[in-house]
Amino acid sequence: MSERENIFARIREALTLKAHAHHGHDLPTVAEQRRVMPPVGLTVEEQFVLFAKNAGDLKATFKLVKDEAELSEELQALCAAEKWQRVATHGSALAQTQTKLLGLPTIVTNDGYDKYELEKCDAGISECDALIAQTGTVLVTSRSAGGRALSCLPPHHVVIARREQLVPDLPAAFALVKQKYGGNFPSMISFITGPSRTGDIERILVLGAHGPKKLTIFCW
Amino acid sequence: MSAPATHFSEDANRVAHDLRHRGIIQTAMGKYEVVRDQRKLWFQDWQGARNLAARTKFEAINHLGAHLDQFSKLLESRGTKVHWASNAAQARDIIFEILRAKNAKVVVKSKAMTSEEIHLNDAMEKAGYEVVESDLGEYIVQLREEPPYHLVFPAMHLTRGEIKDIFQKKLNDAPSDDPEALTMVARRALRKKYLQADVGITGANFCIAETGMISITENEGNARLTAALPKTMITLVGIEKVLPRLEDLALFLPMLAVMGTGQPLTCYNTMYGGPRQPGEADGPEEYHVVLLDNHRTLLLADAEQRDALGCIRCGACLNVCPIFRNVGGHAYGTVYGGPIGSVITPHLRGLQDWKHLSYASSLCGACTETCPVKIDLHHHLLQNRRNASAPKTGKPSLLQKLAFKLFAGFANRPTRWSLVTKLGRFAQRFHGVVKSGVFDPAQGWTKTRELPPVAKQSFREWWKEQGR
Repeated sequence: MSERENIFARIREALTLKAHAHHGHDLPTVAEQRRVMPPVGLTVEEQFVLFAKNAGDLKATFKLVKDEAELSEELQALCAAEKWQRVATHGSALAQTQTKLLGLPTIVTNDGYDKYELEKCDAGISECDALIAQTGTVLVTSRSAGGRALSCLPPHHVVIARREQLVPDLPAAFALVKQKYGGNFPSMISFITGPSRTGDIERILVLGAHGPKKLTIFCW
Repeated sequence: MSAPATHFSEDANRVAHDLRHRGIIQTAMGKYEVVRDQRKLWFQDWQGARNLAARTKFEAINHLGAHLDQFSKLLESRGTKVHWASNAAQARDIIFEILRAKNAKVVVKSKAMTSEEIHLNDAMEKAGYEVVESDLGEYIVQLREEPPYHLVFPAMHLTRGEIKDIFQKKLNDAPSDDPEALTMVARRALRKKYLQADVGITGANFCIAETGMISITENEGNARLTAALPKTMITLVGIEKVLPRLEDLALFLPMLAVMGTGQPLTCYNTMYGGPRQPGEADGPEEYHVVLLDNHRTLLLADAEQRDALGCIRCGACLNVCPIFRNVGGHAYGTVYGGPIGSVITPHLRGLQDWKHLSYASSLCGACTETCPVKIDLHHHLLQNRRNASAPKTGKPSLLQKLAFKLFAGFANRPTRWSLVTKLGRFAQRFHGVVKSGVFDPAQGWTKTRELPPVAKQSFREWWKEQGR
């Protein structure tokens, strides 16, 4: 017998004894989840306010811009303020157009890029799948945001999102993932909630443990 | 006493008297308690959330076979190699075979308690691999050649000064004892390792049956990088970690964060469903998932305590446990410390050797009260006590019989009883002479505690005095 079969045989044998379900035994519905989880407000306006507040609490920067032109201005101002020398982005139209306007040496994370080069970049500029108001989270996948490393290896992650990408809560985000990718999921789905952090030394908060020290979210 | 019991008793005795240790733990826990309680209030109904979480885990664990079958088949369908290990040795063999096939030299790891369970680092280092823990706390205790102190905060027992010292000694890089500067030392050292590593090894917090994905909860981004840069990725995870549906994470991710660290959500919650897929920019060429039993099916077979397999390793029960807070994480001598460790270790490693942990509890029930998945922890400790003594004849020892006979002799006769209580009041005046010495009949108790004074008046005397 294979080890797989051995383990399954032990599980079957163990489960012949029934356990008492003290707290119920059926899977909760999403409506039940929503009744207990943190409130998010009813209107989109309230949810934008909530997202902005959460992002602020997490020490991320969130900026609403009115159009692509303002987005470029903001991005260039950020680039100048932080004196970026080289940046990285991925093959998506919006992110790539915006990054090109910076006029800097650029790594595009497509097939066969050099990870050592990516590590030298000052910022990684990516799109995303959703913004989650409830927790101030940015949802990215390996397909929508240039692979696994772009949103984590450079010290500053800049996210470009569209207003209609805001979802109210975590259940809505998981529903969106299923609906968008159902049956053919990207190999990585990541919920990014603020810049990388640690509290491992005397429980004192330090940003930029291994991932980005800064997270900036532009939404237009 | 078993060897682990002796170790526990000695270490616990030493650490409980270490006031410096107590100070460090109280400070850390104080900060945690404040934010945890704020976050619980952030939920509309925290107790309701605990009920839903317990229900979900009940369904998951009691249909473990079906969920594991679905989970593993979906992973395989997208190019992941799934391995099954009944015990620690098999899990190590599987991982070593992968390392050999890949001709690996440097291995980078993100936090995995399962790897502590199978003593993986030790084995890999002995075999000549360079192994680097990437979680900051794990990295610090690895440099100190210590096991992790706590499920969630591995270096909780250390001060910044101690961390500076070990960085200076092992890395020759410690500009100051400022936590930020120290974190940057680790960041610099580990960046190189992510890029060099041939293999990345991770644990997992959840296995999603419905979509065939693992989910990793972290704050630092070290697991993200471990899963992004090396060409081969291995995830070592216990078979009990299944959740039926993707949307179950909507509840479990924030609950884990709230109880684990007092955050609304940890910084990175990432699901992995395979190696790099066609059209993706990067990611490992090969992905291996090693599913570990290692006596979990023994705990599954105990219908009474099966719910302990629902543990999400948030560490909340450790944080509230008065025993843990006094004896510390290392005294247990187990991979999983605190109340949950005391419950499951006898199942995983043998009841007779580890039954002493069932007594490492005041039975206050704070653990049960705080557990986000409602594991009945303190009752399980009682059940372990019962199970540990049951196999004997079931009859009390001669000494116990004698003691109770003596007690009954006094307790059944009002005059004798009143005499003894009066005598006690009188004798206590002289207790100071022998207190906590060898002639003190209660020395085990009085060595560290004050005996409360016997009341000046018994209830019977008071009753009589009232003239009733």
